[in-house]
Amino acid sequence: MALVEIDKLNISFDGRAAVSDLSLSIEKGESFGIIGESGSGKSLTALAIAGLLPDNAKVSGSIRFEGAPLPGDERAMARLRGRHFGMVFQEPMTALNPLMKIGEQIGEAAELSQSGADIASLIAEVGLLPDHAGRFPHQLSGGQRQRAMIAMALASAPDLLIADEPTSALDTITQALVLDLIAEICARRGMTLLFISHDMRAVAALCTRIGVMRTGQLVETGETQAVLRAPKAEYTRKLVAASRMERRATDRLHGDPLLEVEQVSREYGQGGFWPWGRTTLRAVDKVSLTIAQGECVALVGPSGCGKTTLARMIVGLDNVSAGQMRLDGQAYRGRDLPPLLRAGLSLVFQDPFSSFDPGMTIGQSLAEPLHLLGNLSSAERATRLHDAIMSVGLDPAMLDRYPHEFSGGQRQRLAIARAMVTRPRLVVLDEPVSALDVSVRGEVLNLLARLQAEHGLTFLIISHDLDMVAAMADRVLVMEAGRIVEEGKPADLFAHPQHALTKALMAAQLPDITETSW
Amino acid sequence: MLPKRATNAMRHLPPCGGGREGGQPRPGFPVTLFILRRLLTFAATLFVAALIIFILLDLLPGDPARFILGINASEASVAALRTQMGLDAPAHERFFGWIAGMVRGDFGISATQRVAIGGLIAERMAVTLPLTMMAMVLSMLIGLPLGIVAAMRRGKPADTGLMILAQTGIAIPNFWFGMLLTLVFAVALRWLPTGGFTPWHENPGAAFRGLILPGLALALPQASILARVMRTALVDVTGQDFIRTARAKGLTRSEAIWRHGLRNAFLPVLTILGLQFAFLIAGTIIVENVFYLPGLGRLIFTAVSERDLTLVRSATIVLVLAVTATMFITDLLYTLVDPRLRRQNA
Amino acid sequence: MNWQRLLRHPSLVIGLGAATAFALLGLISLVWTPYPIEQIVVARRFLGPDPAHWLGTDHLGRDMLSLVMSGTLTSFLVAFSALVIGVGIGVPMGLAAAAWGGAVEWLVLRISDVTFAFPSVVIAILIATLAGPGELNAILAIGIFNIPVFARVARGGALAVATQDYVAAGRLAGLGNAAIAARHLLPNIASLIIVQATIQLSLGILAEAGLSYIGLGTQAPATSLGLMLRDSQSLFLIHPWLGIVPGLTIVLIVIALNIAGDGLRDALDPRLRREGLNHGAG
Repeated sequence: MALVEIDKLNISFDGRAAVSDLSLSIEKGESFGIIGESGSGKSLTALAIAGLLPDNAKVSGSIRFEGAPLPGDERAMARLRGRHFGMVFQEPMTALNPLMKIGEQIGEAAELSQSGADIASLIAEVGLLPDHAGRFPHQLSGGQRQRAMIAMALASAPDLLIADEPTSALDTITQALVLDLIAEICARRGMTLLFISHDMRAVAALCTRIGVMRTGQLVETGETQAVLRAPKAEYTRKLVAASRMERRATDRLHGDPLLEVEQVSREYGQGGFWPWGRTTLRAVDKVSLTIAQGECVALVGPSGCGKTTLARMIVGLDNVSAGQMRLDGQAYRGRDLPPLLRAGLSLVFQDPFSSFDPGMTIGQSLAEPLHLLGNLSSAERATRLHDAIMSVGLDPAMLDRYPHEFSGGQRQRLAIARAMVTRPRLVVLDEPVSALDVSVRGEVLNLLARLQAEHGLTFLIISHDLDMVAAMADRVLVMEAGRIVEEGKPADLFAHPQHALTKALMAAQLPDITETSW
Repeated sequence: MLPKRATNAMRHLPPCGGGREGGQPRPGFPVTLFILRRLLTFAATLFVAALIIFILLDLLPGDPARFILGINASEASVAALRTQMGLDAPAHERFFGWIAGMVRGDFGISATQRVAIGGLIAERMAVTLPLTMMAMVLSMLIGLPLGIVAAMRRGKPADTGLMILAQTGIAIPNFWFGMLLTLVFAVALRWLPTGGFTPWHENPGAAFRGLILPGLALALPQASILARVMRTALVDVTGQDFIRTARAKGLTRSEAIWRHGLRNAFLPVLTILGLQFAFLIAGTIIVENVFYLPGLGRLIFTAVSERDLTLVRSATIVLVLAVTATMFITDLLYTLVDPRLRRQNA
Repeated sequence: MNWQRLLRHPSLVIGLGAATAFALLGLISLVWTPYPIEQIVVARRFLGPDPAHWLGTDHLGRDMLSLVMSGTLTSFLVAFSALVIGVGIGVPMGLAAAAWGGAVEWLVLRISDVTFAFPSVVIAILIATLAGPGELNAILAIGIFNIPVFARVARGGALAVATQDYVAAGRLAGLGNAAIAARHLLPNIASLIIVQATIQLSLGILAEAGLSYIGLGTQAPATSLGLMLRDSQSLFLIHPWLGIVPGLTIVLIVIALNIAGDGLRDALDPRLRREGLNHGAG
């Protein structure tokens, strides 16, 4: 008998359907994955199983757990999910009560389910240290918080573990560790897993059966390998294709050095009320690098390694504490970058949703960098805007519209158009596709590769996504704790990593979806 | 069966207890240092406020000694009074003399009443302070539970009714409400006195009865604000992820709000409570007039009309002190409730 | 701004409509009142509402409706002038703190701290000691009190906006702090400021009433709602009507403004609900 049976589930908000006619069953002991992009209804499905949907949701259809329909009474439902379900959510910082110690929060779960679980052994089981129990959530790192969440979910010794994007807020290495932990615990306890993610590789690595969701509908279900090797639905085919990164970079001849970073450091004072009590945090530590004209260089490293700080100094948003940079031979220390030199470089931000002022038209936002070039005639400005928006494959009529009218992928194209409007030579790309849905990532990367080829651009890509880096970069720099620890061509570097961090990053790479074998 | 992943990232890394995962939280500094910092800000604010009061009143055109003695007084007696009042000394000496005196508890002598100002203020505070406290306690007793009830029954008739009531309560000027209360409870029902005050040492019961109506008048608008703030805070918290987590553990929605929401919702309420205490102190000055209470407010008004500047100066600084001290205590309470602040430098 | 979208919020329409009606009533008093407010006719004092005097007459035989109209104008004028002071000084302070940071921010915060330490009654007392009581006194006292309120709201809002990438994009485009504040920060906190302004306007009307009531605000022969309450105080227990009319007028105006504020908050941006907590600042 199936552990969970969903029959014709419909969820709608204010008459708008979020999940329609969804039926699926999850067998006892299996691990079932739901893949979908944002807005596909995958999380709502999980919440529906646990009876945690928002109040304004209209639900029809039936959900049965161990053969019995979910109780309609709130208290009975609460007790049922307390005893039989364990849940892990995406953002462990907000999912934990900030005013309660970790141990108390785990203890509460054990007490409510009357499982008699021992908190100390739970803490050990998820790989935390005993003294973590006495800490508050803000005193733990992201990965540790997620481990605490898992311990809490296990405290009731649940039959079903529901993990909703449990690793998307974590960096690559931590993600791999947490996924390993989930897999290991499910195997050891023989626990059923419902795993929800937009990350095809994570689902493929963890689940035996998967369902693919799109705009509220289940488009395909089946054995993981069968679905991924021979997708039946068009949408699944598109997703599988998009998750494979093909190398876009061609071997190019590189010109003279365009950007030189010389012994650059950045220090932040912290904890400082008394001058003598101040500690300095060295975010970037004597970094030197050179990027040649026409080259595509990638800077990779875990979060907090200083790569974003370095990028901010290069584009002139922050000042160096020591050292200097040269763009085209002209030295600068950050914010002192003169306007004409500033026009020669630009930055594309990670989050396309916050990179446009909601109160300004796209045209106004795109024209903003133009005043770096001095007084342009209005005809010249119009030409520039027109060229920029055409170069990213969008319609010039969009210039009069507002950012909220565009999708994430379109906005990122518009952000690239803004970066192109001054006709820069160096473009810094800060995680250019990580905030986008998988299916549009490929298009944006293709666009970037085409622009580079057409305009002879030089790229500096900041990322933690090794696949994307391998596909785009001519050269990769690996950064850890403010220093560049390894450098090389992507093919060589990833085949024979030397430094421990590079090895760890490589090891944390989830295997390609069709390579997974067990 | 679960798939076993081919790779194991763990091999290359130190155990996760070492804080490898996503960076360790930033080191902070201990609680005592935090308190010291707030204490310093508190003292500095107070000092600047005293300086402002001193400069403002010192700027005043005209000679206070002349004002007190009248136009007909002789030059010699005016000069003698100036010396006696210490007006001959340079401004900075007088300022620091005033501050130093206050630190010792010596607020100087009232020019018009010829008694120690410290005693005068203390006597009046015996009315103002209990009144403020009473209003504070009343507003919490009324406002907080109503706010909680409204939030728990969000969107239901009880919520709508309570919020209409609160909307009205906020709009009622406290002194006018005091007038209405007198009309009903003192004139029509004759339950309580219309005004005036029996000193505590003569008849504590009568003194207390004298403060009930003014206390209520002050408390109602504040209770309305508190109810609204409490409701908003609780509704906000209810939408947060950790409430969902608590429900996932097996709590019903109201159990989750009760166990996890309330304490978190109390943080914004605490800020408002601090502000309210300050505004209640100011409010008492107005409400004292309705009930003819011999509080600090009436002392100040007399001093203003008699141009007793030393008294105005010291009485206003006491009010400022009360406000600033409340803010300081609120800050401390905040650190007590919220562990995140205990290790932060903000 | 999309007016049709705003008009879909009933509380906004009702609140704004009622507040505007009161403001118009006050404005009309500039050119016309049923009776001149200075006209003292002892013979017709303490009249109840009747066709000749809709709201009756006071202890000096003055027409209450005329007094309420004129008083409403004064109350609005004082509260609005104080609002202009608060917005005019507080918002630039808050924006500067967010855009420049560092020492500027420190200074703005400390100035706010010190200003917050003076409740408006205390400021009014000090000004009254210096310059005597009057409308200007009330405007200054309430205005100074408004400054740190707007400085904090503007700073808080601007700090949140400043983390957005489009602000960094503006800096990349070579905009200085002042240009960033004017082009990106101010327009994006405007709704926050407007909502806070309705709240402070209603608080200003309450504060004016309080200050005039204790004799620090408006002085005769001019009139304000607070001054009417002061006049009525000694007679209130015998002739409650004299106090009930101006009191109720205050309550109705403040309710109208608060409802308008709540409606604006919902209409402009649901995210603002949180900032609405500042309502306690009075």
